[in-house]
Amino acid sequence: MITKEQVVHIAKLARLKLTEEEIVKFQKDFSSILDYFGILQSLDTKNVEPLTHSVAAENVEREDVEREADPAFSQELVDMAPSQDQGFLQVKEVFGNDK
Amino acid sequence: MTNNMELGTLGIKDIQEGLQKKTFSATELAEASFSAIREKDPKIHAFLEVTENLALEQAAAVDKKVANKEKLGALAGVPSALKDAILVKGVRATAGSRMLENYTAPYDATVVEKLKGADALLVGKTNMDEFGMGASTENSAFGVTRNPLDEERVPGGSSGGSAASVAAGEAVIALGEDTGGSIRLPASFCGLVGLKPTYGAVSRNGIIALASSLDQVGPFARTVEDCEIVFDVIRGKDPLDATSVDAQVQDPNFKIQNLRIGVPKEYFGEGLDPVVGDVIKNTLKKLEDAGAKLVEVSIPHVQYALAAYYIINTSEASANLARYDGIRYGFSKAGNTLLETYLESRGEAFGTEVKRRIMLGTYALSAGYYDAYYIKAQKVRTLLKQDFEKAFEEVDVIAGPVSPFLPFKIGEKMQDPLAMYLVDIYTVSANLTALPSLSVPAGKAENLPVGLQLMAPAFQENLLFKAGSVVEALK
Repeated sequence: MITKEQVVHIAKLARLKLTEEEIVKFQKDFSSILDYFGILQSLDTKNVEPLTHSVAAENVEREDVEREADPAFSQELVDMAPSQDQGFLQVKEVFGNDK
Repeated sequence: MTNNMELGTLGIKDIQEGLQKKTFSATELAEASFSAIREKDPKIHAFLEVTENLALEQAAAVDKKVANKEKLGALAGVPSALKDAILVKGVRATAGSRMLENYTAPYDATVVEKLKGADALLVGKTNMDEFGMGASTENSAFGVTRNPLDEERVPGGSSGGSAASVAAGEAVIALGEDTGGSIRLPASFCGLVGLKPTYGAVSRNGIIALASSLDQVGPFARTVEDCEIVFDVIRGKDPLDATSVDAQVQDPNFKIQNLRIGVPKEYFGEGLDPVVGDVIKNTLKKLEDAGAKLVEVSIPHVQYALAAYYIINTSEASANLARYDGIRYGFSKAGNTLLETYLESRGEAFGTEVKRRIMLGTYALSAGYYDAYYIKAQKVRTLLKQDFEKAFEEVDVIAGPVSPFLPFKIGEKMQDPLAMYLVDIYTVSANLTALPSLSVPAGKAENLPVGLQLMAPAFQENLLFKAGSVVEALK
């Protein structure tokens, strides 16, 4: 059973503002879904290695050569941001009195 | 030349032949697609956007090539639909979410470059569960898609719009994206062929990510032959996707008499609707009569696959969707602080299922739970992979149902998220283990389509197409 406080805490970690209604609904949903996930705890996996990728992954490197940047394309990407200044994205202050 | 050309009866090779013989032009093919969309889509709602100008430009280029007797690409003149998670330069890509309602793709996905290079006509972007999260296409922020075979029912999901567009004869082929069944399930529900390629067979560059270790792009088509042609166009290594590889195993000596089909007993247990089970067993019997050898196999850890899948899916999704922050692109609602901007933007623009999965993934990855959930799920993945490797020592392909039940009614499972997750029970294993998997129509029950799922060892899509063609020819 997951508590309401836990739901609120996870929402903050996930950077999601939830309505009171959503908090109640998720508390109920998570209890049944996490119950279902509980089936894994009955399985002995003591000597099993975790599989992070389904195919063997090696480091893939590109050649270390200079690549031409296309200023128009860069600007196009920056233009998608709601707030920008001289080619930079603008955000609210990061260091402040935020709790 | 004909004004009432039916796309629903044309295959890719028919189109190539018709263009060469000048029976019809590429422009007429594009017009036939738009006309079908105008007629059927108000009810079906497969498309979020129809890209008429783009398709007509591409059609004009094909017609010019025909006039100049230039060589045509493998998909010349083929009306093709794309799931709205696939980027087409200059066209909106919403992934079914309010978050990206006004997002225009700044570049082409690699698979789109390949379709364009093969002279395909890109007719539009199709509806989907928001960010691929769902099994019915009911989780789209832009309304539900109806199953063209029974409009009271869902087309399956998450690539439901792509499947519906082909089933309705609005497009000849479509691309979807499959993280846990999102191509195979809608293919099964709409009576189509759908392929989830081996992980790495097709580039993921330019695809809006759900769960990066599971996602693969693949085709929908009405026939196995068309499905294979599209797969051959889109597959291959891409420098922009480090996980992509160029590998395909060919088997020129395929004979149904030599095919050993593994039938996992775990796929026919509790939870399988008996009417679906009967169609599948009947098809397997016919394959046996045609000369194939049926072998009972066991995938003992399959009972843990769905739980492991949803832990990995939600964990990777919570990380992938962190990029939607109200700062860089997509929906933004400015708050008084940086934190408030995040909370407000994400809280307002994500739908319920997306929030639910981000929350579950955040929980599974959070301090104190990481080992119990995420690492545990990855260990199950190892065990499952070993199960399949062992089974493939004895058999060439593995066969079973795609879905435990028939296409369900719109609204039937929307109140119970766990019931919706259980739809994926037979499909997630292929994603967890990277294996290629094909859904091919096996017959009908209660007048609704049932798909047979075929799985093969990694990069043996070729074998799936050959076995799939045999299933297709049974009838």
